[in-house]
Amino acid sequence: MHPAVLGLVTIAVAVVTCVGYFYLSNLFLDKVLFPAKGPNAGRNINRANMIRPWLFLFPAFAALGLYLAYPVFETLRLSVLDRDQGNAFVGLANYQQMVQEPKFWEAVRNNALWLLIVPALSTAFGLLVAQLTDRLSWGNIAKSLIFMPMAISFVGAAVIWKLVYEARPIETEQIGVFNAILVYFGASEPITFLTVPFWNNLFLMIILIWIQTGFAMVILSAALRGIPEETVEAAIVDGANPFQIFFKIKIPQIVPTIVVVWTTITIATLKVFDIVFAMTNGQWETQVMANYMYDKLFRANDWGVGSASAIIIMLMVLPILVWNVRQVRKEMR
Amino acid sequence: MDNIAGSKNSLTWLTSIATLLLVLMWLFPTVGLFVSSFRTVDQIGSSGWWSALSTQEQQNGAIRLAGEEVQDGDLFVIEGSLFTNAGTEVISWGTSSRAPTEYEPGDLAELSRDRTVTVDELGNFRMTALESQEGKRLPRVFTTTSSPPEFTLDNYRFMLFDPENSEGMAKAFFNTLTVTIPATIIPILVAAFAAYALAWMDFPGRALLVAVVVGLLVVPLQLALIPLLKFHLNIGIGKGYLGVWLAHTGFGLPLAIYLLRNYMAGLPRDIIENARVDGATDFQIFMKIILPLSFPALASFAIFQFLWTWNDLLVAKVFLIDSTGQTTVMTNQIVELLGTRGGNWEILATAAFVSIAVPLLVFFSLQRYLVRGLLAGSVK
Repeated sequence: MHPAVLGLVTIAVAVVTCVGYFYLSNLFLDKVLFPAKGPNAGRNINRANMIRPWLFLFPAFAALGLYLAYPVFETLRLSVLDRDQGNAFVGLANYQQMVQEPKFWEAVRNNALWLLIVPALSTAFGLLVAQLTDRLSWGNIAKSLIFMPMAISFVGAAVIWKLVYEARPIETEQIGVFNAILVYFGASEPITFLTVPFWNNLFLMIILIWIQTGFAMVILSAALRGIPEETVEAAIVDGANPFQIFFKIKIPQIVPTIVVVWTTITIATLKVFDIVFAMTNGQWETQVMANYMYDKLFRANDWGVGSASAIIIMLMVLPILVWNVRQVRKEMR
Repeated sequence: MDNIAGSKNSLTWLTSIATLLLVLMWLFPTVGLFVSSFRTVDQIGSSGWWSALSTQEQQNGAIRLAGEEVQDGDLFVIEGSLFTNAGTEVISWGTSSRAPTEYEPGDLAELSRDRTVTVDELGNFRMTALESQEGKRLPRVFTTTSSPPEFTLDNYRFMLFDPENSEGMAKAFFNTLTVTIPATIIPILVAAFAAYALAWMDFPGRALLVAVVVGLLVVPLQLALIPLLKFHLNIGIGKGYLGVWLAHTGFGLPLAIYLLRNYMAGLPRDIIENARVDGATDFQIFMKIILPLSFPALASFAIFQFLWTWNDLLVAKVFLIDSTGQTTVMTNQIVELLGTRGGNWEILATAAFVSIAVPLLVFFSLQRYLVRGLLAGSVK
C-alpha cells in the first residue's frame, strides 16, 4: 500500500477507534454494567462514576507507560547486561568500560560546557530583547523575527550556520561571512571554525542559542508585561533611572519565570543531538552525550554501554524532573 | 511615565537601534541561505551572498574553442562566442593556466604553429591559422569576466522536479508529510480525553497522575530508543511508518495532556455544571462543550507537534528509515547531502529551504497559537 494512503487509513482508523472506544465503553458502563435504573439505581450511578475516569485515562496512560515509563526501566536493565554474552548480567562492567573511554569524558566535559553557556546566554539575550521591544512600536515584528528560528529544524539550522562558518582556500573569494570579514581585515589564512578544538564547541553552541533565544524572549516578555505598573511608577517617582528600574524593580519580580525558562532550555540543551550530528558528528573534540549514545547504540551496536550513557543523561535530567514535580504538587494543593 | 525623564527621545532611539541590530544579526544567517538557494552555481562560488546584487567578477575555468572553420584567403578562421548568457563582460584573458590574465580584451595572442587568437569584450573570439585545424585540438582560453547578478529557480527545479536526480527532495518531502500528519492528529485524540478526566473528574490519585505527566514531560526520549525498537521488532511492526507514528504519539502525549489539562481546568465551572444538571453525560459534555471550547489549546499543541515531528531527525532515523532508504525524511536526506555534497551550496541551500519552508509558513500564519501554547506549556 502506498504510504500516503496508509497514513490516511491510519488516521481514519485511529479516529474511529478512539471515539468508538470512548463511546462504547461509556455506553457499556451505563447500560449494561451499572444501569441507572432498577432498585440499585443510586448505587449504580455512583459506581459508574467511580470507574468512568479510568475509562477516559486508560488509552493515554497505557501509551505513556509503554512509550516512556517502561523504557526507563528497560534501559536501566539493559545497562547491566552484555548482549555479546547472551544478555548475561555483568553488573557495572558497562559503566566501568564507559568511564575508561576518553570520548566519554570529552562528551561529559562538552555537555557541561553546553549546560553552562547555552541556557545562560539564551536567557540573557531573551531578556534583553524582551525588555528592548517592550515599548517599541514595531516591537511585535522584531519579536516575531527573532522568534523565527524556533520553527527551523536543528538540521536546517546546521546548514544555515555551516554557510556562515564556511572556509575556502585563501586564493578564492570567501563565501562564509566570518571568514570574509577576517580576510577583509587582513587575515593570511581563513579559519575552518568547526575543526578548531575547544572553540568549535562554542561555534556549535551559537546555533542553539540562536534558536532558543526566541523561546526565552516570548516567555520573559509576557512576564515583563505582567509586572504591576505601580511598582515601576513608584520607582520613577523616587528618581530611579531606567537601568535601576530594570535590574532592581523588574528582574526581582520575574525571577520565578527566569528559572522556568532556564530549566526548560537546560533540558533542551542536555538532549542536543541533531546539531552535533549534522555539523561535526562529534569529531574534533565536539562530542556530546546524546551523540555519544547514538554512536554506541547504532554504530558500535553496543547496547550495554549505549544504555549506560542513556542512564547518565537521565541522571542529569533527574534534578529538574524532581523540582518540576514538586512545583506542580505544591500548586495543586 | 516615559515623559518624566527628558531623555525619552534619545532612549527610544537607542532601543530602536539596538533592537534593529539584534534583529539583523538573527536574520542574517537565514537570509544568506535563502538568497544562496536562488543563485547560480558559478555565482555562489565566486562571491559571498551579501554581494549577490552587485556585478559579479569571476575567474572562469578553461574553455576550449570550438566552431565552424571558414577559409578566408590563405587563412583558416574559426569564430564564435565563449559565453551563452548575455551581459557577461571580459575583463582579461589568457591562453595558459599559468597566465590566465595575460591579455586585455582585443589583444592578439600569438600561439605556436602560426596560430593567433583574439577575444573581445563581449566574449567573441576569432582564431586564425595557416593550415586547416580539422581534427586537431583547438587551444584553450582562460577568462576573467564580470557578469550582472543572476537569480534562478533552476536549483529548486533540479531538487524538486528532476526525475533524473536521485538526490531530489520530492520523495523525502512526501515521506516527511506522511510521518507528520498522523503523528500530529493521533496524540491529540488520545490526550484530550485523559486531559478532561484530569481536569474535571474527581477520583483518588488525580494529583499523582498529573505529577506523573509533569515528570514524563522531561524524560529524554533517548532512553526509549532501544527498548521500543526491540518492542517494535518483537510485535512485528519493525521499522516503518506505523512504528514512527506510534513513537511520536507516545513522546508527544505528556505535553499534549499537560497543555490540554491546564487549559480545560481554566474553563468556567458554571457551563459544565449546568450541563450536568441538565442531564448530559460526561461523554456528551466532553464532545459538545469541552472539545469545541478547547480549540485554542488543541491548535497550540497541534502546531508544536507538527513542528517537532516535521523537524525531527532522531526518531525517524531509529524507528522509520531502514536500509533500503525508501522512507528517508527530509532532515535525514539533508544530513546525507551535508556528508556527500559538502561544498555544493546550490544543492544544500535549496534542500534546506525546501524543508524549512513549510514550518516557516506554519510559524508565521499561526504564531498566535504557538505563543499561547508556549506560555501555557512551560512548567511554572
